[in-house]
Amino acid sequence: MTSWTDHLIILPILLPLFIGAAMLLIDERHQQIKAFANLGSIVLMGIIALLLMRAADTPTVTGAAPIAVYRLGDWPAPFAIVLVADRLSALMLALTSLLAFAATVFATAGWQRLGAHFHSLVQFLLMGLNGAFLTGDLFNLFVFFELLLAASYGLVLHGSGPARVRAGLQYIAVNLTASVLFLIGVSLIYAVTGTLNIADLAIRIPQVAAQDRALLEAGAAVLGVAFLVKAGMWPLCFWLPTTYAAAAAPVAAIFAIMSKVGIYILLRLSLLFFGADSGASAMFGANWLIAAGIATILFGLIGALASQEISRLAGYAVLVSSGTVLAVAAAAGQPAVTAAALFYLVNSTLAIAAFFMLIELLERGRDPGADMLAVTREAYGEDMPDDPDAEEVGLVIPASMAILGWCFVGCAAVIAGLPPVSGFIAKFAMLTALLGDDAAAGISPLSWTLLALLMLSGLTMLIAMTRAGIRTLWSPTERADPRVRLAEIVPIALLLLGCVAMTVQPQPALSYMQGAANSLHAPSAYTDSVLAPTPSRIKTGGGS
Amino acid sequence: MELIVSLAIAVLTGSGVWLLLRPRTFQVIIGLALLSYAVNLFIFSTGRLKIGAAAILEKGQIGAPQAFADPVPQALVLTAIVISFATTALFLVVLLASRGLTGNDHVDGRDPE
Repeated sequence: MTSWTDHLIILPILLPLFIGAAMLLIDERHQQIKAFANLGSIVLMGIIALLLMRAADTPTVTGAAPIAVYRLGDWPAPFAIVLVADRLSALMLALTSLLAFAATVFATAGWQRLGAHFHSLVQFLLMGLNGAFLTGDLFNLFVFFELLLAASYGLVLHGSGPARVRAGLQYIAVNLTASVLFLIGVSLIYAVTGTLNIADLAIRIPQVAAQDRALLEAGAAVLGVAFLVKAGMWPLCFWLPTTYAAAAAPVAAIFAIMSKVGIYILLRLSLLFFGADSGASAMFGANWLIAAGIATILFGLIGALASQEISRLAGYAVLVSSGTVLAVAAAAGQPAVTAAALFYLVNSTLAIAAFFMLIELLERGRDPGADMLAVTREAYGEDMPDDPDAEEVGLVIPASMAILGWCFVGCAAVIAGLPPVSGFIAKFAMLTALLGDDAAAGISPLSWTLLALLMLSGLTMLIAMTRAGIRTLWSPTERADPRVRLAEIVPIALLLLGCVAMTVQPQPALSYMQGAANSLHAPSAYTDSVLAPTPSRIKTGGGS
Repeated sequence: MELIVSLAIAVLTGSGVWLLLRPRTFQVIIGLALLSYAVNLFIFSTGRLKIGAAAILEKGQIGAPQAFADPVPQALVLTAIVISFATTALFLVVLLASRGLTGNDHVDGRDPE
């Protein structure tokens, strides 16, 4: 193990900070330089994430998966800040950089000019996301959450216009309230346990005295509500479809990962704090998560059927995806179910992000979308003198409607979970794991409910997507083919290719997820690695 | 002292929640500010209320932790104050933009008939 690899863990946080800050100094007219810097930084982050994934997937001499721990300032763990990279966080880093890459390439075709500092805001958002995935400290989690939210406030308003400002206002109000709940939850947990280090908390929570337990559980519940707001759980999700539909297309595509941050944290913390062998509070809140997840799926399905605009349909698809992961993962008694849920999470995030960008291309040339774009151009046009000329550059691809139609079919198949694409494999894996859960004792009513719900969600999403597709692609209108540039179709194709790769080679992906789920369900490996008293800074174990 | 602090937190939270649910954007922002004051006081009180206790140990002494104020909530509350101040300022800008674009100060951008 060389010394520079030790510091790989902190790079996904430092890199976007410096690149984003440096880009603030470049004049807004030099969008190409900014786009180049942004893309370069994202590619580097992707490479780092892949290196971390490989390091986390290389078994140690003892056979356990290595968990890389980075102690800032080399202070011992419970007293200072740590960053932790295991399989799941490395996977989320890779997913984030893939989505950000696609969205940024898409934005270079025109969206980057519609407002100030698009590329810097993307970098700051990535810093917050990466930090939230890597941190091993509850209060730092709050700081990174605020960081990604602050950047997202800027991004949701990107392009301006009344619809975005109205949606942005409500989005900010909801998230500021959620941050207040976050702080209340964190401080209640601190008041009871006296620590904020996640690994230390996992050890201390089973030892909490009986009279303090109510306070601890209240704190955990308040904290959970804060994450559920981010994850878009019913009834805390009414802001989500409006905001995502109003946001600019590349922004909505990056936001597809933001609802998954809440899910990631919930998955990690609930299994660490209230896992099966955590004493008196074991499985605290699991039933609530299952019930709320089911309600979210139902609400998302009804919303998807009722939505008139495709962009709202995509927003409800985010809700269905969130609800499915939460309900299935919370119902998971064992790692196989969690692994399948993770596979579904990655898969649906890719498809939904591609769908958000595709919608913008389909809606182009239709009236409402064109209105919106015209208004925003008007609001910003005077500030950007090179806008009209720049609109004409770039390769315009022929037969755009046919290509867009195929992309739509791909997105619909993955989101609805039709065979043979990866959405089907994800659902099949979840169902197999759920049914195999307790084969000896018969199948529990909960598994039957989830099974029925997964089937129903597939059917409903298929109906909703088909209807939207017929209305958009087959309706006889006089409009000409939308002008689609190569930089707009490539990112969509890239994300869909990710789904295709998971279809063709599901085994390596599933076995990686299985490893991630195994280590999630075995909190002792996490706590041992973080709190290890060894003087060495890093314990990756692999790659010597 | 416990009673005074808890009453202060209760009054701030109650007013904050009530204002947050009002339809005017200005009321919402004041509600959020009051809520963040309440939370800051709350975080501060999780370190246990002590009068005249230092937050750091004397140099060279081991000292009993009970005799000192807990410095961690004080550090947390400092961070929370900075963040809530910054986000409130940002919200204020959006509020003004919304007022300019929609022409009224309702949170939905238009008054219900």
